[in-house]
Amino acid sequence: MDFLQPSTWDEALAAKAAHPDAVPIAGGTDVMVELNFDRRRPPALLDLSRVAPLTEWGTDGDMLRVGAGVPYRRIIEELGGRLPGLAMAARTVGSPQIRNRGTVGGNLGSASPAGDAHPPLLAARAEVELASVRGVRRVPVESFFTGPKRSVLAPDELIAAFRVRTARAGEQFAKIGTRNAMVIAVCSFALALDPVRRTVGTGIGSAAPTPVRATAAEAFLVAELDWDSRGAVPPGVAAEFGRLVAAAAAPIDDVRGTAAYRRHALSVLARRALVWAWEGLR
Amino acid sequence: MRVNCTVNGEKRQADDVWPGESLLYVLRERLGLPGSKNACEQGECGSCTVYLDGTPVCSCLVAAGQAEGRDVVTVEGLEFGRVQEAFLSTGAVQCGFCTPGLVVAVHDLLARNERPSDPDIREALAGNLCRCTGYEKILDAVRLAAR
Repeated sequence: MDFLQPSTWDEALAAKAAHPDAVPIAGGTDVMVELNFDRRRPPALLDLSRVAPLTEWGTDGDMLRVGAGVPYRRIIEELGGRLPGLAMAARTVGSPQIRNRGTVGGNLGSASPAGDAHPPLLAARAEVELASVRGVRRVPVESFFTGPKRSVLAPDELIAAFRVRTARAGEQFAKIGTRNAMVIAVCSFALALDPVRRTVGTGIGSAAPTPVRATAAEAFLVAELDWDSRGAVPPGVAAEFGRLVAAAAAPIDDVRGTAAYRRHALSVLARRALVWAWEGLR
Repeated sequence: MRVNCTVNGEKRQADDVWPGESLLYVLRERLGLPGSKNACEQGECGSCTVYLDGTPVCSCLVAAGQAEGRDVVTVEGLEFGRVQEAFLSTGAVQCGFCTPGLVVAVHDLLARNERPSDPDIREALAGNLCRCTGYEKILDAVRLAAR
């Protein structure tokens, strides 16, 4: 096995082009588990931990561009006010040790249906910035995942960053698990209400082959919310929203829970997230 | 491959390192520092917790080459002090396997927060599993060390 250790982004892209079967590693919280358990023996590891631009974030108007290598801890500490939904999800990732190392870019690269960062990125209509020696392209998160642990990432591409509009309020994230820490989601749900644009974004985790949006639920809420006077959400609207979110999922029975439980739990999470997010805007 | 890093203040070198092996393996098997424990090898248990450039991490999830040129502090490199004394005097050590990781995690918590609340303690130690104590004595130890 080779250990490729670029120190610049150009070197990293050149290395990936020359070694398309090299596995990128940043925080190592997914890749090292596979190596430790002999589940994977790639011909090379491509260590991205020395590529400084990956650990930077910046603003472009009201858009944020966050490098793929920014760890969850920094998402919480530095971006909690601008990306509240993602920060809520980041707080539920693993443990302090895992949040010190794990990155959103790694979460996207692993493309697990249970990735905690995915629902809030979906709800916020984020874009993933992919790069190779051929150039840069931006892919909406919604189009990024193609199946369990599969994405549109080409063999010569690396995840450079994600781009998302700052929110400050109106975002929520909720996750079901057996305890607060060290839990792979049984199911999760993210909601983003934008009172200025009057848009609703949703993201469902761990309840379909990929993270998915609940588009019918979004359209229903856009029409039903009292955007002008911001009156309370009628219970019937919240219940119907929960039903539509559950209907958008395609869960399976597995060791973490049954499909029926996941559907039920999603309807509850969606209803609660709606009330919390709306109250936060009133 | 060869890996050079600073461990507990000393320049160390490990040879014949397989690029897929972990920092934990390098510390225990190549550098003779068995304080960091090898249990789950998947970042669940925290018993291999070390400081990497001042940040607590699971050394089982750091690729050996990622430690090249970095600064590592293991439980062996922490001065014996209030944290270890508090673990001893409160009975927070039973089989002892989780203790090195917990000592590093508590050392970090108290360096960041001298007077942690109980929720702060629980959050800081959420990544360290203990199968003996039921955690109550460990919480006592942190409260005592913080006093």
